Amino acid sequence: MARRLCLIVVALGWFVSMVMASSPGSAPRPSAPSLPGAATTSANDDCLMCHADSEAQAEDGRSIAVDGPRFSESIHGFLDMACTACHTDLEGAELPHDAKLARVDCSTCHPDAVAAYDQSIHAAARREETASVAATCVDCHTSHYVRPAADPDSPTYPLNLPATCSRCHADPAVIAKGHIAAGNVGAQFLDSIHGRAISRSGLLVSANCTSCHGAHDIRRKSDPDSRVFRANVPSVCASCHEGIQAQFMRGAHGQALADGSGRGPVCTDCHSAHQIQRIDGGSWRLDTINECGTCHADKIRTYRDTFHGQITSLGFVRVAKCSDCHGAHEVHPKSDARSMVSPERVLETCRTCHEGASAGFAEYDPHADQDDLERNPELYYASRFMHWLLMGVFGFFGVHALLWLPRSAAERRRRARGTQPPPPTSEARDE
Amino acid sequence: MSERFVHRFDAFDRTLHGLLMISFLGLAATGLPLVFSDEAWAPRLVNLFGTFEVAGWLHRVCATLLILVFAIHLGRLLRRFTRGDRSFLWGPSSMVPQPRDVTDLVGHLKWFVGRGPRPAFDRYTYWEKFDYWAVFWGMGIIGASGLLLWFPMYFSQFVPGWVFNVALLIHGEEALLAVGFIFTMHFFNGHLRPEKFPMDRVIFTGRVSEEELREERPTEYARLVANGTLDGVLTDPPEPWLLRLGTVVGTTAVTIGQLLVGLILYAVLT
Repeated sequence: MARRLCLIVVALGWFVSMVMASSPGSAPRPSAPSLPGAATTSANDDCLMCHADSEAQAEDGRSIAVDGPRFSESIHGFLDMACTACHTDLEGAELPHDAKLARVDCSTCHPDAVAAYDQSIHAAARREETASVAATCVDCHTSHYVRPAADPDSPTYPLNLPATCSRCHADPAVIAKGHIAAGNVGAQFLDSIHGRAISRSGLLVSANCTSCHGAHDIRRKSDPDSRVFRANVPSVCASCHEGIQAQFMRGAHGQALADGSGRGPVCTDCHSAHQIQRIDGGSWRLDTINECGTCHADKIRTYRDTFHGQITSLGFVRVAKCSDCHGAHEVHPKSDARSMVSPERVLETCRTCHEGASAGFAEYDPHADQDDLERNPELYYASRFMHWLLMGVFGFFGVHALLWLPRSAAERRRRARGTQPPPPTSEARDE
Repeated sequence: MSERFVHRFDAFDRTLHGLLMISFLGLAATGLPLVFSDEAWAPRLVNLFGTFEVAGWLHRVCATLLILVFAIHLGRLLRRFTRGDRSFLWGPSSMVPQPRDVTDLVGHLKWFVGRGPRPAFDRYTYWEKFDYWAVFWGMGIIGASGLLLWFPMYFSQFVPGWVFNVALLIHGEEALLAVGFIFTMHFFNGHLRPEKFPMDRVIFTGRVSEEELREERPTEYARLVANGTLDGVLTDPPEPWLLRLGTVVGTTAVTIGQLLVGLILYAVLT
């Protein structure tokens, strides 16, 4: 009994100390856990005897320098890992060791991350082409100075990540060599709302590269398992923009996506992927009209016939654009009572701009088609009439002017000579 | 002997024509970008005015001016009518199409192809009457549809929605007709054809030389001589400043008109 009580007290004490240790702010830096391969400092010092020289080079001219203090600050240094924990082939090797080292296998300690990486487009590119420059672990994490992603000095820290990815994805040489269809996404991203949130506002919560693409298992967007595969895009965006996804999936576009037909647009069709702009940006709002028009070609044609479409075409945003009447994320067909343009709601929609509009005002057809006799008979006949009127007037007076021109020129020459009009012809004399 | 001049248009009508020109050019320059909004030149033209709101405001200012011009013209006709003057309804001083216009047209066409003498035109020729009625009709159609579009809230209480669709269409199409016609046919008939080139300044000076009247409107001239009223309409030669004003205003208007026609042709042909 006393033994059991003793155990409970010890367990409770252990628990309390754990809680205290984990309370934020007050926790002292925990001491490094003991890992296989934990170094005695002197073991690494042996390596640094040569490698601490910042100008140390291999025979082929590669730098083989290792910054000892900087390594100590890295996560691996913090864990007191020996150089030979990664460079396993040097365990117990005679110094100086062979110039050719075995490739470091990160999966020894990080099996999940490497397994994920093996599924990635980076790993696939390396498998396909031995000379590939696709990223490996060290390209993003560095080799000797790996830091956790939460460390502001880490290349994988959210505010640093775009720059890290951009080392390749904004490099024209890499883009060309890797046949990267998306082009210079680094530059595109920096100008986007997400990029600016990072670079200008320092927002950790802003989407960066890995938020959408994942980190280790970045896949081709044509891969159905990719986070950026078309059908998966809304749920990826919803990892931040959750409320929008709910609206989107209720609407016709979300439904079209959900039914597997693949016809509906996804977030990136209107917002783009890397160049997402603030929605109050004028040029984006105007461009989006044309984006709608890529599928709704007949609607954009009739829209451009109206005052709304003409003004936006001239580059001004103050008049109605597609989303002003139809909604943006939750678009329903007109027949659906939830639609902003349904008979039940259209007047209310018109009134968002045309305050005090009457029911008759809302009868105006903002997508009237002058060539559609069924839908707009009055307009159809009016346009035929105007068409023939213009053809008739310009046709007649065009011919009239062309016939007149040479006679008028002759008259001018005659008057310049000061001669009298030619004597009337016999016909004229008869009149 | 100095040349003698005949009085053709009074100062009132010349002023109305001047205001008509200003408002018409303003309406055309601010309205055409809408009709051709998908052309690259359209936003540039609007940007000359600032924003579409400014262009729209200028369009309405010009429209108001033009409606006033039209109303004043109708008011003058009405006053002539109430004073017992019926000459504007029929006869040589009337713009109303008459049988003579048909025979003049046929005769003119025959003359074009060398099949007859030049018709002896009277005070107003058939093409001048066409110009007049084109503007008159255009004023009614464009003015009415324009007002509908200007005050849709008000008019939608009385008319069905499709009327606005039709109004939008015919406002643009009729405007295209008016602009195209004035800037090509009216300019050609009145100013640019070789006999008149580069321009006929009678609408600015109000005066036509006796010689020109006898050449171009022999019937009118003969009537003036026959009934002894020629002396009553003889007048001084136009003042040099008035001629210069006519040159400047006329050249400006024709130039702007030709520029706009160029833009329209570019849009239509490309």
